Amino acid sequence: MSWLASLRGSRDRFIVPVVLILAWECLSRSGLLPASLLPAPSTVCATWADWIFGLDESSQANSGRWLHDALASSLRVFAGYSIAAVAGIALGVAIGWWRWVERTIEPTIQMLRPVPPVSWIPLAIIWFGIANKPAIFLVFLGAFFPVLMNAIHGVKTVDRNLIRAASMMGAAESQMLRFVVLPAALPSIFSGLRIAIGSAWMLTVTAEMVAVKSGLGYVLWDSYYFMRFDLVIAAMISIGLLGFLTDLAIKLVMARILHWQHGQTVQGRTL
Amino acid sequence: MASIELNNIVKIYADRKRGRELLTLDHVSLSVQSNEFLCLLGPSGCGKSTLLNMIAGFETATAGEVLVGGRPVTAPGADRGMVFQQATLMPWLPVWDNVAFSLKLRARSAAERRAAAQPFIDMVKLTGFENHYPAELSGGMAQRVGIARALLLNPGVILMDEPFAALDAQTKIEMQEELVSIWQRHQGTVVFVTHSVDEALVLGTQIAVMTHRPGRIRELIRLDLPRPRDSTSPEFNEIKRHILALIREESALARADLASAA
Repeated sequence: MSWLASLRGSRDRFIVPVVLILAWECLSRSGLLPASLLPAPSTVCATWADWIFGLDESSQANSGRWLHDALASSLRVFAGYSIAAVAGIALGVAIGWWRWVERTIEPTIQMLRPVPPVSWIPLAIIWFGIANKPAIFLVFLGAFFPVLMNAIHGVKTVDRNLIRAASMMGAAESQMLRFVVLPAALPSIFSGLRIAIGSAWMLTVTAEMVAVKSGLGYVLWDSYYFMRFDLVIAAMISIGLLGFLTDLAIKLVMARILHWQHGQTVQGRTL
Repeated sequence: MASIELNNIVKIYADRKRGRELLTLDHVSLSVQSNEFLCLLGPSGCGKSTLLNMIAGFETATAGEVLVGGRPVTAPGADRGMVFQQATLMPWLPVWDNVAFSLKLRARSAAERRAAAQPFIDMVKLTGFENHYPAELSGGMAQRVGIARALLLNPGVILMDEPFAALDAQTKIEMQEELVSIWQRHQGTVVFVTHSVDEALVLGTQIAVMTHRPGRIRELIRLDLPRPRDSTSPEFNEIKRHILALIREESALARADLASAA
């Protein structure tokens, strides 16, 4: 009867969300709070549907423009994140591997790292104007450091004996980096990439609230000015959903590339 | 096939914590002919691994020179194969690609590497495990992959640093027998570091017994016992008794040194 048990298990996990949404719906409809301050889930869904499909203009100017907004945000995330990933991995491997790179570059990076990416917004606007570029710049800043730090850590913790074994087989330095150091550092690099995708979404939304006039973050902040909290909530859910999906995509790529780790858990038990 | 020549090797380490220098190897001279199987035997801390690492090229001597095949050793290289205490396999590569790793460095195609690895995988009796990853192998199997990897290089010299120390008794005996039969078929000069007298007696054509620190060669013993070695024979045990006496003496001296230092 395992299918029954698993059905029960999957039913269990829905109990709390369903109860919460029902309670929220009842609270909104009861009139205890003004409907505009706490829109009912049904209202949020209806507004969201209009935002996506352009059904009844309930989301006003945003009607039917969800895909456009989501794409605008995603492209910013994609651009900033890609640059951060490539630069972070390359620089991280260099810092982890060569002492002189570490000595010359790392102190500067450690000084820049504690500056919150959000505090770069004024400079980003002055340098890049109000468009995609400041957002991409901020996403880059937010995603770069987690990738960099994890790449450095990954390279520094490569088993020295693997390097010895490869040098005993005549590996040149470039081969050592490509065939030993990089693959050995990949698990650590991927944990950096997963942390970074979270920062990337956070900074896209922040940038769009302040420095850009499109995207999910812009809709969210703009709706706040118009007291459209149903749209605010719909935007929040949209951002959460896209964040979840991009993380899932990275997880799938990771599972493919790190398949040799398969069957091992963090605790070292085999599944 | 290459011979190994160690001429007056001195190694001094700087002991920063105690702010003085530590003499670990004191004028060690040793020459190993081609196709010999030399076991380096000695108490822990006598510098036998340091000596092996110098032949490998991981460490340099403070004074003296190391020659392999008549040429001085300056860096690690593919003319010498090394089997480590831990198997040190690349965890992201399957068995066949680990065995053929040196060919990957020579930019050979996957098909070529696979074909080249197969006879060595068969030789160490891992047929059928070609596509397994290191995490899926037992300690003994992983160590076999390490041996196959060293053999594929076809080096004149194979260096082994207590490769069977982490294995259980039964596996250890099997691996020793296999190593001897591979060496007999394959030939080559082997330097094998161990702290087990029995292991040295089962494997070697020569045993170099080292002194306690600072390490010197206490005695070089030729072994002409017939193979497979019978560990219950009187000859075997006579040599064993002699070596054990040497080692006991050295440990006593080491303890006396410690006591006088304290």
